Amino acid sequence: MGQNGRSISPGDEIYEAKNPFFRGMRDAIPIGLGYFAVSFSLGIAAGNVGYTTFQGFLLSLLNVSSSGEYAGIVLSAEQAGFIELALMICVANARYLLMSFALSQRFSPSSTLFHRLTIGFGLTDELFGLGIASKGWLDPVYMYGAFFGSIPLWALGTAFGVYAGNVLPVILSEALNVAIFGMFLAIIIPPGKKDPVVLGAVIVSFLLSLLASVLPLTASISSGTRTLILTIIIASAVALLFPLKDEPAQEIRTETTEES
Amino acid sequence: MKHSYYTYIIFMALVTYLIRVLPLTLLRKPITNRFFRSFLYYVPYVTLAVMTFPAILTSTSSLLYGGAAFIVGIILAWFSGNLFVVEVGCCVVVLLMNTLIH
Repeated sequence: MGQNGRSISPGDEIYEAKNPFFRGMRDAIPIGLGYFAVSFSLGIAAGNVGYTTFQGFLLSLLNVSSSGEYAGIVLSAEQAGFIELALMICVANARYLLMSFALSQRFSPSSTLFHRLTIGFGLTDELFGLGIASKGWLDPVYMYGAFFGSIPLWALGTAFGVYAGNVLPVILSEALNVAIFGMFLAIIIPPGKKDPVVLGAVIVSFLLSLLASVLPLTASISSGTRTLILTIIIASAVALLFPLKDEPAQEIRTETTEES
Repeated sequence: MKHSYYTYIIFMALVTYLIRVLPLTLLRKPITNRFFRSFLYYVPYVTLAVMTFPAILTSTSSLLYGGAAFIVGIILAWFSGNLFVVEVGCCVVVLLMNTLIH
């Protein structure tokens, strides 16, 4: 690094930094910037049901998951029971089970339990992607750097969203209400282009969800419970009718799939 | 009894953490059950679809605005696939309709 007299720009220096913490941070900052914009729309949704700026910050800092947090916002606004909430969070975050299993294989056999316990905290789709993409055994310090470069931005984005929802003129904050749904569409529609089963599952989900919200029998159930029941029924039916081929762990990348 | 949002936030965080950390610690063997793997694969798409529609319709002051945002969102997601394009596009539709119709 630099012995041959070549001038090094600050960017290079960071790039060649041996310190894995800084490498992780550098790799995660683009992810963090994307996170800020996405979690902003979560903040709008949270603010709409009365979360304070600090509660929004805490929600995102401790949960670090967009669909799980959104489901939690909806259910907490309905004062849902905790068993129902636990089930809904499990369903919304079920894919983290798969990622966690996959990443588990990348831990060196000598890695400590402490590292497993702390890295589990920040396992989002994108940070999982960074961990899987790094060569060799997973370097915990690299992951901590990645967390440090992105998770604070995720939490700040939500806080900022709550604040913006409160201070912006009504006409703007009403428009921002649909941002979270735009984000969900951007996650579920593109994979449907490649996989007709996913597309079919999405369309059936739209239709049954609409039906369940208008039929007298199901419309009286809270929307959180409806989401939970519909998800389990539809996903089970699709899994039975169109099981995945028996290949080694299929990776899922859904949430906030912006390019970094 | 009304629960505070803080209680909900802490509870959610615990459940989310357990999902992420159990396979890294206690259950280190990969999931082999084909049905369960398939179920986990489809769940995110299904649950996000269910949460999006028809909730998007009632998120704005008129079903019409939310409906327009839904359709534009699907078209943008299909053709561009970029998260920001879709998000901003949906918001702009609602803003425009709100401005034009009033």
